[in-house]
Amino acid sequence: MVDLLIKNGLIVALLVTGAVVYLSYRLSDKLFLRRVPGSAVAIFVGLVMAYAGGSLTGGSHGIADIAGLSGFAVLGGSMFRDFAIVSTAMGASFPEVRKSGLAGMLSLLLGVVVAFVSGAIVAVTMGYTDAKSITTIAGGACSFIVGPVTGGALGATSEVITISIAAGVFKSILVTIGTPLVARTIGLDNPQTAMVYGGMMGTTSGVAAGLAATDPRLVPYGAITATFYTGLGCLLCPSIFYFLVSLFFE
Amino acid sequence: MLVYGVAILAGCFVAGQLIGEVLGRILHIDANVGGVGFAMMLLIIINQWMHRMKWMTPEMESGVNFWNKMYIPVIVAMSAIQNVKAAFSSGFVAILAGIVPTVICFLMIPMIARIGKTKA
Repeated sequence: MVDLLIKNGLIVALLVTGAVVYLSYRLSDKLFLRRVPGSAVAIFVGLVMAYAGGSLTGGSHGIADIAGLSGFAVLGGSMFRDFAIVSTAMGASFPEVRKSGLAGMLSLLLGVVVAFVSGAIVAVTMGYTDAKSITTIAGGACSFIVGPVTGGALGATSEVITISIAAGVFKSILVTIGTPLVARTIGLDNPQTAMVYGGMMGTTSGVAAGLAATDPRLVPYGAITATFYTGLGCLLCPSIFYFLVSLFFE
Repeated sequence: MLVYGVAILAGCFVAGQLIGEVLGRILHIDANVGGVGFAMMLLIIINQWMHRMKWMTPEMESGVNFWNKMYIPVIVAMSAIQNVKAAFSSGFVAILAGIVPTVICFLMIPMIARIGKTKA
């Protein structure tokens, strides 16, 4: 039985992931009344599975260390992850963002910089002193995709990459829950502010879910800028930002 | 053909990774520099160009969109293979690194939206 699971590892991983995503979206609907996005719940369940895998086997690859579930190492590995992320660029186009003008561009750049700098300050305050770890955690403060992509590119430890994912997930949840609450205060009731909001927050799932809970008509505007955020973060964090951090830390 | 769309995505992916590797060598950083970001830019440009030339068919688009929709499940699988057990002790870092930037960014939105409006 286990041999069969190992032999068809990738397919088994797809089956299990499908079940996890289904249950997570049900949980998001029924238990959390959509205040926590299904994607955030699913990622949390993934992290819990990784914790269980690590506890059961004592290994460092989460659920993939359990023999029958080794296919997760392929499905969740850097190749499929980066491939899927690149495909999301189909939903965005340069002229669309140009329409939002200066504010959209500025919010994108500022959103990445502010999240990175404040994330880096948190990392340093909490006692991290090496440039790779600081940059990876700061990347996680951008989004749960920028963190692991940065960490993977720089060769950060799995623990630090996990922290960066967890930070991004916290951000996604906070954006989803917080957006309807602060929408009126920050003037989030028009397409232009929605674009600025998407650029500042960046976390695509949080932005889409947060806007859906506030005003569904604003979702595409926020998503347009948010889809560029991940690309910009993946471009800047392991390159220029890492270089700047490495000037101050080893 | 659906596979043409997937192949375009794969081509952008490989080209982006290659640019990232070369840039890493040039900058003397032992890392792939923005390979994913370059691949995304390539895909946006090629997608627009192919639409203009009327070469992009809905079927080819669905080849790319399949992977677009697979991205949350792939991220879930990625979370499931991380070393969570080891990171648990420093969980407070993750909470702070998630909350602090989010609050600061929320506060800055009205300011930047105002800049945009005066220009528009």
